[in-house]
Amino acid sequence: MTIDRRLIVAAAGPAVALAAWVAGGAAVLLATLGPNRAAALRAAWAPVLATHGMVLFAWWLVAAVLAAWLGHRLYRRHVVAPAMLLDATRILVENPDAPDVPPHGAPMVRALAHEINNLAEHRRTLNANMAQLVDQASRSVAEQRDQLAALMTELDHAVVVCNLEGRILLYNSRARALCARLSPAPVGGAAGATSGGADRIGLGRPITGVVDPAAITHALDTVRGRLARGVDPSAAVAQVVTTTEAGHLLQVRLAPVRSADAGGGDRADSPADENAGLTGYVLLLDDITVDQHVHLQRDQALLQMTENGRACAATMQAALDMLDLPDLEPADRDRFLAVVRDEVTRMRDRLAAIADSSVLDVAARWPLQDMLGSDLIAAIVQHLGRVTGTPITTLPGDGDLWLRIDSFSLIKAFETLAQRLRSLTHDPVLWIRLSRNVTRAHLDLGWTPRSDAAPIAPQALTAMQLDPIQSTGAGGQLSVRDVVERHGGEMWIERGRGESQPFFRILLPLAAVEVDGPALATGSRPEFYDFDLFAARPDSVGDDRPLADLSFTVFDCETTGLDPAGGDEIIQIGAVRVVNGRVLRGDTMDQLIDPCRSIPEAGIPIHHIHPEMVRGKPTIAQVLPVFHRFAADSVLVGHNVAFDMRFLRLKEAATGLRFDHPVLDTLLLSSIVHPAEDHHGLEAIAERLGIAIGGRHTALGDALATADVFVRLLPLLAKQGIVTLGQARTASSRSQFARLKY
Amino acid sequence: MSQRVLIADDEPNIVVSLEFMMKRAGYEVLVARDGLQALDMIRRERPRLVLLDGMMPGLSGFEVCEAVRADDALADTKIVMLTAKGRDTDVARGVGAGADAYVVKPFSTRDLVDMVRDMLA
Repeated sequence: MTIDRRLIVAAAGPAVALAAWVAGGAAVLLATLGPNRAAALRAAWAPVLATHGMVLFAWWLVAAVLAAWLGHRLYRRHVVAPAMLLDATRILVENPDAPDVPPHGAPMVRALAHEINNLAEHRRTLNANMAQLVDQASRSVAEQRDQLAALMTELDHAVVVCNLEGRILLYNSRARALCARLSPAPVGGAAGATSGGADRIGLGRPITGVVDPAAITHALDTVRGRLARGVDPSAAVAQVVTTTEAGHLLQVRLAPVRSADAGGGDRADSPADENAGLTGYVLLLDDITVDQHVHLQRDQALLQMTENGRACAATMQAALDMLDLPDLEPADRDRFLAVVRDEVTRMRDRLAAIADSSVLDVAARWPLQDMLGSDLIAAIVQHLGRVTGTPITTLPGDGDLWLRIDSFSLIKAFETLAQRLRSLTHDPVLWIRLSRNVTRAHLDLGWTPRSDAAPIAPQALTAMQLDPIQSTGAGGQLSVRDVVERHGGEMWIERGRGESQPFFRILLPLAAVEVDGPALATGSRPEFYDFDLFAARPDSVGDDRPLADLSFTVFDCETTGLDPAGGDEIIQIGAVRVVNGRVLRGDTMDQLIDPCRSIPEAGIPIHHIHPEMVRGKPTIAQVLPVFHRFAADSVLVGHNVAFDMRFLRLKEAATGLRFDHPVLDTLLLSSIVHPAEDHHGLEAIAERLGIAIGGRHTALGDALATADVFVRLLPLLAKQGIVTLGQARTASSRSQFARLKY
Repeated sequence: MSQRVLIADDEPNIVVSLEFMMKRAGYEVLVARDGLQALDMIRRERPRLVLLDGMMPGLSGFEVCEAVRADDALADTKIVMLTAKGRDTDVARGVGAGADAYVVKPFSTRDLVDMVRDMLA
């Protein structure tokens, strides 16, 4: 225990002062008496002091003790208590959850402590309320954002949201699928798309990788012009059609996004602001190549048909006019008859050719959707079971067909057929079957009557195709046949040979692309949006840019061996983008590569890539351009990346692609953050940082693990004052591990 | 001496009738099977009138018409476009190219003969 020096002063001070005061008084008295009288006084006092000095001393001592007690008490009440109050208050200021200030000391000080406690309590309540409000607000924002993301995912259109600089803030899976189709050289073709469009579309990437910059500029100018003329922002939508590198026709609709406070009032105040509160724009993209082609084909066919018909009619009429002449020679007569016969034959052939072509197919007259055949059958079976109570069996067929249908009206049509059949024969068992025709699908509906039931009259079967469907709401009086014809299909009653039962056969169109959708499943909540990107930022990747602002491409390669110069090749590249400190798990690239050489057995247990897995896959010359686009404008990040960079750099001459991106290595960054550690393997770092990693030793699995590690290292680097790219690179080069140059 | 009429059409079936009809009306008839041949015969044989089909291999009827009108020496050649191209835009192009008449197939042979007779009168 330390003794408070001020306490000693407070306690001993009065006694000492009293002694000094008395001594001083005596000295002054002696000095004023003069030498003789002073000597007489001293002589008179000396014996008294010798015998009764103790009495005086005891008297002083009593006073000293009393003064010490009083001093101590006053000190505690008026010095210690306020000091304690001060300390406790300071703690309370720093930490709202600290205990209350204890009331000590004088009444005023106690009252002060009490009021301070009241204030603290007030602040705690306020904070709690605030926290609750913030929590509510952020929860509602998160909810809205999730709803928006879900909505976007479900949308039938390709939607991309960009900021004014043309950086992508949000896109949906349709947009991604569209970009996959737009890639000029589909690497690998049937062997599997390399990046599913990820080399073009991605958060923070420029939209100009997808759409012609001139088209965007034009559309933006149009929108700005309309806004400047005072057109309502909701109506200020521009539409342009542009072609892509691969020759696709792209219809682009651009709608402005305006900041919330830009609406209405201040429009007149700031005519100079050419952006008129624009903060970005929404793009709706449609690939109209096929539609356009179909239209064009149909128009041409129609025109040709008209003209051929006219020519044919003209020829025949002219010949018939000649045949009408009364004085025609028999030889001429035969000639003109031959002309007429010939023209009729040619007309017949032309009509047959048109019927065989797909020009007459009814397309896009009704909003049809792609649907997997087995899904349609499941929906029909479920609906009929519920509504009509009819048992229905599914016969084996081709359930994996993709159909282009309006499932709602089709199911209603089946319901009508099932109910008519039940009314015509007692308790039949229905069956349904989907099979592939050459260019279409057969959807069959049949029934097995009870053994004692009479067969249904053929006229009844024909009639039920034309009966109106019940309760389709606004659809009104459509018949089953109408529904089928709306699909550009046909229906008839198929009768097998012999005794087999007749059944309904419906011809339905197939979807244009059968493999759409499942290949694009990118997890439940893909990172397709990042609104933080609304804040504008410059393009270049420079040393003075903060790490937090940069986008990164974290990648990993699997190789046939360790020596690129000795002929080892990359057999797999996996990469994932990191933007705004988030690992974009939906924005990845995962590609097997045919090394055009053998894969040594020794490596297979590590990377699990067998030679037959890479056969027929794209070569490195095809994949590197895709990867280069994927990594454009970003910093390359890898674990022990020098190894991967050696492989990439060796291909520069062959592919003409320069991988001159800035490079960061998680191994080096880890050694900066934890210089005392010996182990900087990916697993060791992940364990230290508390990250669970899975799926190691596939290229993408490793890239994802590295990305997770990298994202956790960034804040730790910031604590050491490493916040810009340049600082990170300098620190890396000083690291004890930085022996290898890329 | 009878007047010369050129029939330029790649469809033999209609040429048979047109040729018969024109001969019967008293004209000397020449026949060309495509656009190049037609232009060549117009320059060489100098027919008074040409029945010109719109769609022919080589040069189309429209192009033949333009070529004839570009040549002052052939200024008095009458041109009747006789074609299955019947859209407004086609008629406009034919007349714009310098056709004296534009007849859309099918047509009445009697009207055609009357028209040719009037034009050559």
